[in-house]
Amino acid sequence: MSEKFVWKRDYYAGGLMVLLGVGAAVTGSGYKFGTLARMGPGFMPVVLGIVLAFIGVLIAGTALGSPEPDNQKFLPDNPQWFGWFCILAGPILFIVLGEYGGMIPAVFACVFVSALGDKTATYKSSFILACGVTVFGVLLFHYLLNIPFPLLRGVNL
Amino acid sequence: MISTALTDLWYGFGVALEPHNLMYCFFGVLVGNLVGVLPGMGPVATISILLPLTFGMHPVPAILMLSGVYYGAQYGGAICSILLNLPCHPPHAVTCLDGFPLTKQGKGGTALGITVIAAFVGASWGITEMIFLAPFLVKVALEFGPAEVCSLMLVGLIAGSTLAKGSPLKGIAMTVFGLLLGIVGSDIETGQPRFTFGITELFDGIEIVALALGMFGIAEFLNSINNTEAVDMKYANVGISDMFPSKADLKASFRPMLRGTILGSLCALIPGTGPTIASFVSYATEKKISKTPERFGRGAIEGVACPEASTHSSVQGDFIPTMSLGIPGDTVMALLLGALIIHGIVPGPQLISQHADIFWGLIASFWIGNILLVILNVPMIGLWVKLLSIPYRYLYPSAMFFVCIGVYAAGNDMFQVGETLVIGVVGYILLRLDFHPAPILLGFVLGPRFEENFRRSLLISRGDLMTFIERPISAFFLFICVVLLVAQIYVWLRKPKVVAEERAIEAEVPATGYSELAE
Repeated sequence: MSEKFVWKRDYYAGGLMVLLGVGAAVTGSGYKFGTLARMGPGFMPVVLGIVLAFIGVLIAGTALGSPEPDNQKFLPDNPQWFGWFCILAGPILFIVLGEYGGMIPAVFACVFVSALGDKTATYKSSFILACGVTVFGVLLFHYLLNIPFPLLRGVNL
Repeated sequence: MISTALTDLWYGFGVALEPHNLMYCFFGVLVGNLVGVLPGMGPVATISILLPLTFGMHPVPAILMLSGVYYGAQYGGAICSILLNLPCHPPHAVTCLDGFPLTKQGKGGTALGITVIAAFVGASWGITEMIFLAPFLVKVALEFGPAEVCSLMLVGLIAGSTLAKGSPLKGIAMTVFGLLLGIVGSDIETGQPRFTFGITELFDGIEIVALALGMFGIAEFLNSINNTEAVDMKYANVGISDMFPSKADLKASFRPMLRGTILGSLCALIPGTGPTIASFVSYATEKKISKTPERFGRGAIEGVACPEASTHSSVQGDFIPTMSLGIPGDTVMALLLGALIIHGIVPGPQLISQHADIFWGLIASFWIGNILLVILNVPMIGLWVKLLSIPYRYLYPSAMFFVCIGVYAAGNDMFQVGETLVIGVVGYILLRLDFHPAPILLGFVLGPRFEENFRRSLLISRGDLMTFIERPISAFFLFICVVLLVAQIYVWLRKPKVVAEERAIEAEVPATGYSELAE
């Protein structure tokens, strides 16, 4: 091991699993553990947590042992911050506008904002797409499938 | 035995041909074919979106429709691989190798025609296998106590996590993670809330639709955005008249088709080995036994016929362990099992006798669905090819709408949409760390039943763990688990040529911006 220590993606992967496993085991130990014959609700979480943490150590360990270099970067080569932001903003707007506005604004905002995330999209193309999906969605889900989601809250349509 | 099976099948046709059921079956295969053609959409996400809409329906049409999406998508997936060289559906990735060269030579139509024939042959064999094998498996499975069920689930979990693509260790980690996610909610025996962190909405557990759509919907969008190239349509003009293969082509692909079918059905019987593995194994085998292996990769019709037949036979065969034992073989089956549970049907050996209408109706609907798909795919091929040119920038926002409204409809609750979003972000992080999310769903669906049976078997044995080894059937399943694990360690330590060869074929498949989630 004379070479320089290199970060590998698998160290993060193993570390994350250890973290999840230990977290599950610690949380699980707050529940009654019981005995093998009469297992309490805490038995499975603790056992599975320990297993997961152990596998996490193995993942990091095999990466340490293997000479092959891996892609050490966690982020992809061309991070799409704006695209990711738009995609995540879509459902958030859906929740907020759906809760306070109703189905029409929720669907429109969700599609419009998510569509803007593509680098070739324009306001116009996103607007047209959002209108189309809204009309289609209202017809299908409100009138055909009758899901309980008011079109516009406060307005009886 | 055969005559009972045929009588039951006759009854099944009666169920499947009821106009209502027939309509939903047709709708299922149509939607399946559609998402199969569209790059970046997969049956898992589609079934999850449709699942909440079936809550108000009778279980029979619901299950017929959801299954139809799965095998319908397999017909569509091949079109994308052959004409565009886009392996956006993992089971059809290997078809690119010979399908696209054929397209470049102007024989894309022939390849598609052979695909449809191979698909029908493979599917027919898979269904026949199900008719005769499932009732037999049930007879064996009725002897099972909780210890056997537990060990069998362990086989399914280990096979599902180690045989899937990617590192086996990471697969097992994901299975355990899925099992932990399955624990969230109130404990069945004591009612103690676990991992709920005081959030009331989590007392019922994580919604399966939210989990599937987060992992296979939102994580997929995050991965593919601005990462996909415009599709090249220059070879993709195929009409119905190009689709009839010549006699020579038919003759050349007849035997590979049969071999692929047999291999696919064998793969389906091992829990955890879905159609993707079946198609790769059969392509490798076909290349190995061919007298002219150098033709493979340059447009050999056998290289299309064999994996396609294998995929379809494996897809239909996948239903055998799911329906007869209640052990799903892959993600889609885990989801269908979840659908059965939501509809109040307990999966397991008693399903066939207690819900004969579902089981035999499903088998009959496979025949009807496959015939419908052949009809859909031959005359309407031009329409499907046109669909290929829809750019991703219109697809994903529309899909996002379906994801949001689908999750909302599952419980008429905005909390679920937020849950999906969080799961999606977690899913993307896992994906970037090379974790494959498919085993999560498997662990999630099997988790609660695994815990229940594990507790029960140890209660019966008064805490004696030896019960799993003392009972012969259970010991046999545990032996398989050990074999699976030892085989993995052996392969990992010795790195035999087998792995290298398989990797070589996998490396040949063109890279795609779409992640391989669309399974």
